[in-house]
Amino acid sequence: MALKDITLGQYFPGNSPVHRLDPRTKLICVVLYIVALFLAAWFVTYAVMLAVLAGSIYLSKVPVKSVFRGLKPVLFIVVFTAVLNLFYTPGDTVLAQFWVFTITLEGVWRAFFMVVRIMMLISGTFLLTYTTSPILLTDGLESLLGPLKMVRVPVHELAMMMSIALRFIPTLIEETDKIMSAQRARGADFESGNLIQRAKALLPLLVPLFISAFRRADELATAMECRCYHGGEGRTRLRQLKYKAADYVTLFLFLAITVGVGVLGHFGL
Amino acid sequence: MQPIIETKQLTHTYSAGTPFEHTALDSVDFCAYPGEYLGIIGHTGSGKSTLIQHLNALLRPTSGTVLFQDTDIWSDPKITKRTRFQVGLVFQYPEYQLFEETVYKDISFGPKNMGLDDKEIDRRVRSAAYFVGLRDDHLEKSPFELSGGQKRRVAIAGVIAMEPKVLILDEPTAGLDPEGVESILGNIREYHQAHNATVILVSHSMEEVARSVDRLVAVNDGKIPFQGPPREVFRHGDELEQMGLGVPQLTRVFHRLRAMGVDIDPSVYTLDQAKAAILEKLGKGAV
Repeated sequence: MALKDITLGQYFPGNSPVHRLDPRTKLICVVLYIVALFLAAWFVTYAVMLAVLAGSIYLSKVPVKSVFRGLKPVLFIVVFTAVLNLFYTPGDTVLAQFWVFTITLEGVWRAFFMVVRIMMLISGTFLLTYTTSPILLTDGLESLLGPLKMVRVPVHELAMMMSIALRFIPTLIEETDKIMSAQRARGADFESGNLIQRAKALLPLLVPLFISAFRRADELATAMECRCYHGGEGRTRLRQLKYKAADYVTLFLFLAITVGVGVLGHFGL
Repeated sequence: MQPIIETKQLTHTYSAGTPFEHTALDSVDFCAYPGEYLGIIGHTGSGKSTLIQHLNALLRPTSGTVLFQDTDIWSDPKITKRTRFQVGLVFQYPEYQLFEETVYKDISFGPKNMGLDDKEIDRRVRSAAYFVGLRDDHLEKSPFELSGGQKRRVAIAGVIAMEPKVLILDEPTAGLDPEGVESILGNIREYHQAHNATVILVSHSMEEVARSVDRLVAVNDGKIPFQGPPREVFRHGDELEQMGLGVPQLTRVFHRLRAMGVDIDPSVYTLDQAKAAILEKLGKGAV
C-alpha cells in the first residue's frame, strides 16, 4: 500500500539524546543549521556541516536509510537545480560548449555544492521531525512564537490548528485508502486514462473524503466544547517544556558552529 | 465439487522491509463453492479483512495464488479487472463511500464501469434497489438525505447491481438496530437464493453468522484453525473463546453442561437443536 509508506514528517519513537532534547532547542538548532548551510562556501565549511549532520544522525539512532528515503520526493528539484546551475553559471574556465549551452568549471562546482546543500538541508529538517513527536513540535513552536501574542497574533489558536491537522493526517490517509479500495471494488480506475479522465475518476474518492472530513471536524468541535475548551487563555499544560543542561550545551555548540562556518565561509573556505 | 474461488498458500505481508513489517496472512488455503453461504469469523486484526481483499484482487498476494474459476486472477490485467466485477465486495460501513447526486446514479456506478448499455444498467439498478428494499421514490433522492440504515442499503445495492457471482460482505450489520440487522440479513439471503450466488459473510458475531451460513471459516492470527459446518466448528468452544470469539449463548450453555459432567453434544446453536439434544439425553427421542 503506497499511501501508508509516506515518510514525510513521520516520527520515529526513540529515547536517544536527540529525542530527549527540548523541542525548542531542536527548532532553533535547525534554523541555525540552515543559516550555516547557506553561509558555507567551499570544502572546509561543507565538511564541518556534514560532520554536524552525521553526528546528529548518529546520536539520534535513526536508521540512515530512513533519512535518505526522505530525499526521494525532492529528487526532481535536486536534479533540476543541478542542471540549471550547471548550464547557467558564467565563468572563465570553459569545459565544454554545444549549441547555446556552456559548461564552466565554476558551474560544475556550483551545481555540486548546490546538490549537497539541498540534500543536507532536507536531511537535517527531516531529522527534526523524525526525533520530535508532532505534539512536542507544536508545543515548541507555540512557546517560541509566544512573544508574538503581544502584537495580537493568535499563536495558541494557530498551534492548536497545527496539532489538529497533524493529528488527522494518518486518519485521512487511512480513510483515503479505504474509500479508494471500496470504489475500486466497484470498478473505479484511478491509474489509467489521460489527465482529464483521471481528474474525473478522483470524484468518487474526493466527495466521500470531504464529507467525512467535515463530519469529523464537526464531531471534534462538539467534543472539544463538551470539555469546555475556550481557547488558550489561562490554559496550563500537561507537559511543561524545560531547558536542561544538554539544551544549553547544544544551543551553544550550534551557535558556535554557525558563527565559525560564517567566518570561514566569508574567507571562501 | 469444484470451488468457485480459492487461495493457495496465500501469504500477505504489510510494509515489508520496514520496522512496521507485519504478516497478516500466513500460507492460507481457503475456498468457497458455487452457491454456498459461507461465514468468516475472526476478531479485529485476525487477517479476515486482508483475506477478503485478496479475493477480489484489491490486494496482491506477497506469495501464493488466488484462483477464480480455476484462473489465477493476477495472470492478466484483464482478468484482474473482470474479477473485481464478478467478486463483489461490500466493505465495512459502506455508507461512507457514497458520492453521487442521486441514489440511482450511485447504484449505477458499478454497472457503468462494467461498460453495460443503459437499458441493462437501468434494469440492474432497479432490481438491486428492490433486493435491498429501497422504494422507487428513494432513487431520485440524494443519498445524503437518507438515514444511516438506508445509506447502507444504497451502498450494498451498489455492489449487488454488478450481479457478482460471489458476494462478500464485511460486517454488513455493524452499528444497525436489531430490526435493521434482520432485514439486511434477509435481503442478503434473498440475493443468495435468487441468483444462486456464493455469499461470504464476514462477522465477529457468532449468533449472526451461525443462523445463516452453511459453512464457517475461523480466522485467527493469519491462519485458518477451524472450518466446517457451524456445529463442527462450535465443538471447539474453548479454543474459539481463547481466540476471543464467543460461541453462541446456547452453545456456551451446553459446553458448560458438558464441563459439569453431563454427557451431551455441545455443538448445538439453535433452539430446535438444543431441544432435540436434551430430549435425546432424557431418553425420549425426537418428538
